[in-house]
Amino acid sequence: MNLDFSDEQKQLRDQVRRFLSEKCPPEAVRAILEGDERYDKSLYAGLAEMGLLGAAIPEEYGGVGLGHLELCVVAEELGRVLAPVPVSSSIYLAAEFLLLAGSENQKSEWLPKLASGEAVGTFALVEGQGRVRPDKIAASVKGGKLSGAKMPVADGFDADFAIVAARDEAGGISLYLASLAGDGVTREVLETIDPTRGQARITFENVSVEPLGATGDGWYIATQVIDRAAVLMAFEQLGGADRALEMARDYALERMAFGRPIGSFQAIKHMLADMYVSATLARSNCYYGAWALGSSPAELPVAAATARVSATTAFQHCSKNNIQVHGGMGFTWAFDCHLFYRRSNGLALALGSLSTWESELIERMSAGNAETAA
Amino acid sequence: MDFEDTPEEAAFRKEVRAWIDANAPKHLEAELRRANFGSSGVVSEDPIAAGKAWQKKKAEAGWACLHWPKEYGGAARTPIERVIWGQEEGPYAALSGPFTIGHGMCGPTVMAWATEEQKRERLPPLASGEEIWCQLFSEPAGGSDLAGLRTRAVKADDGSGDWIINGQKIWTSGAQNSDWGLLITRTDPDVPKHKGLTMFFLSMRTPGVEVVPIKQANGASGFNEVYFTDVRIPDTQRLGAVGQGWEVSLTTLMNERLSIGSGMSAGFPELFRFCMEAEVDGRPAVEDSSVRSKLAQFAVRQSGLKYTGMRAITALSKGETPGPENSIGKLVAGATMQDLSIYALDLQGQAGVLWDESSPQNGRFQSMLMRSPATRIEGGSDEILRNIIGERVLGLPGDIRVDKNVPFKEIPTSGKRK
Repeated sequence: MNLDFSDEQKQLRDQVRRFLSEKCPPEAVRAILEGDERYDKSLYAGLAEMGLLGAAIPEEYGGVGLGHLELCVVAEELGRVLAPVPVSSSIYLAAEFLLLAGSENQKSEWLPKLASGEAVGTFALVEGQGRVRPDKIAASVKGGKLSGAKMPVADGFDADFAIVAARDEAGGISLYLASLAGDGVTREVLETIDPTRGQARITFENVSVEPLGATGDGWYIATQVIDRAAVLMAFEQLGGADRALEMARDYALERMAFGRPIGSFQAIKHMLADMYVSATLARSNCYYGAWALGSSPAELPVAAATARVSATTAFQHCSKNNIQVHGGMGFTWAFDCHLFYRRSNGLALALGSLSTWESELIERMSAGNAETAA
Repeated sequence: MDFEDTPEEAAFRKEVRAWIDANAPKHLEAELRRANFGSSGVVSEDPIAAGKAWQKKKAEAGWACLHWPKEYGGAARTPIERVIWGQEEGPYAALSGPFTIGHGMCGPTVMAWATEEQKRERLPPLASGEEIWCQLFSEPAGGSDLAGLRTRAVKADDGSGDWIINGQKIWTSGAQNSDWGLLITRTDPDVPKHKGLTMFFLSMRTPGVEVVPIKQANGASGFNEVYFTDVRIPDTQRLGAVGQGWEVSLTTLMNERLSIGSGMSAGFPELFRFCMEAEVDGRPAVEDSSVRSKLAQFAVRQSGLKYTGMRAITALSKGETPGPENSIGKLVAGATMQDLSIYALDLQGQAGVLWDESSPQNGRFQSMLMRSPATRIEGGSDEILRNIIGERVLGLPGDIRVDKNVPFKEIPTSGKRK
């Protein structure tokens, strides 16, 4: 029995934490929130330089070939500091699509650039309001040309290419690799609840694309990649939840009211205890997800949904109560509480909303994996 | 990360499995699999006798109280071996219900505080199940505020050194079956409350001890009141110094929370099975989206508990002490059990009110509904557990205590306000 990270992985965590505490203080997140840049380019370059973007990319494609557990460690640390970088789009999604379904040429062309941070990739799936379903995808490819509009696309304005889910000529859903630099692509930055992570609308008009994976397999491949990304995203959420809890705890220790630290009042203390419970359940469920991601593909569908539901719940819980513990100060622009609140509610929707994942979890359990939760 | 045993652990598991397979009371297995909330599920024979027989068999083969030293009836096994034994014992572990408090709480306290002679005398029969122990702590005026207890121990005035006990305990699990009790008393009401307590152990057959079962809100009677009327016990049955009772009790309480919290099921597998069979609007319940949302939240709480337990086992397997994350166990399990049972009845519609042979899974969810309020109170209420997490895990300051430096006899009580 070993449901823990190894000593080497813990060393990596310490190393990443030190790096991020220097390169990604709250001011760096605020600079993206308040400025014109959509992500922190120097931070992203630094992550690439440390080999963190390529942690799970094999060496033959320019990565460092560690593995997904190491990427989980990195994700948690990025989540703790709300790193304003396109790692989820480029690494959890685009790189995983290429690794799982890309042709040799596609992998050789793009993976080294993703690992080095020279290029950013993303996944363009959603087409507006409502839960994503195959029948709601209207973007289509005819004669190798893609037309349609995708929104929101995370990091879409800054990405060099996108993996696009679109209707193929047989009416099925297929995946296509689209360069976003050429003619026929129009991009627009969208306003969101969390401007520290960019979202865009991308419109394609007869854009030349190449297929990624077999025709008609789009939904199947996307589901697999989204499950992988869900575990990594859950680790980001876990890091954010832990940090929001720590902020609330620190404030409760320092803030005096009625002649005593507010953390001595049970109303506050119990709120913090409940946040700790949420974060602890999420951590244990994330470890389960990490184990499945690393070594049990058969259990990944249930484990990914479990980690994702638990971590989404925990981050939302901790970030909203962090504001509550801070009282009025927590609702000021100057305090960092809203950064966590924004990110928790943004991440809760990325890769599918909480209710979508709840539904997926139970559907997957009833499909034969029920004993895994016993 | 993996869920595999080390080679040593695998060898140990194999040995345990073979022994249990050859020796367990298999005729009781079906009944034991229906075990629910403190009852072993055994109805075809006396559950206490069945429990004692299984414990004796284990003790004779060296499988009782695995983590205790051999000289006290244990097997000097490692914590991880104890965990593996528990996993392999499976449904038969429910037979050990009568010994949970003795093995988990009283035994460790006796081991930490009694004389060598007392340990060699009292612990082996506890380990082998010959003797059952109970914990005489809570009182009508001292539950969450345990140190507010009022049972008095006074030195006899005949120079014998004996103590005379008068007072009342309550919520004493298993007192009606117990041979021995661990008893905390007040010996000095003139000092602040934590400082005037003293711990003893005594035979439950000592003259003046009277056990009265409490009829609980769910109709069962697992808890008791225990009355002490001029009960005389020798000073040799004192554990720790006079006035050191609070410190001694912490040994017990630390073990209590570990014992009650670890490995608890919140009932999700049973709810899931029910939802696979039940219908909502003519479809299996698990296909309904609102049902799915509810189930998913229960599922992640259950699996969060499961994998939190596995993280603790990981620490034990590496020879480390598990972290504070285990303190969430009972808090999560108790509340989840209650919410989950309410939801299971909801899905049964108006017939959910029934608690009879027509109820799904032998009325499991109705039993859970009626028993779960106690789970949220016993062994540290939800509120006390939140205080513990807040103060010991998160490092928040304790509440301001108006009774801390006041002589016990001057503290206002429910019947006596200033």
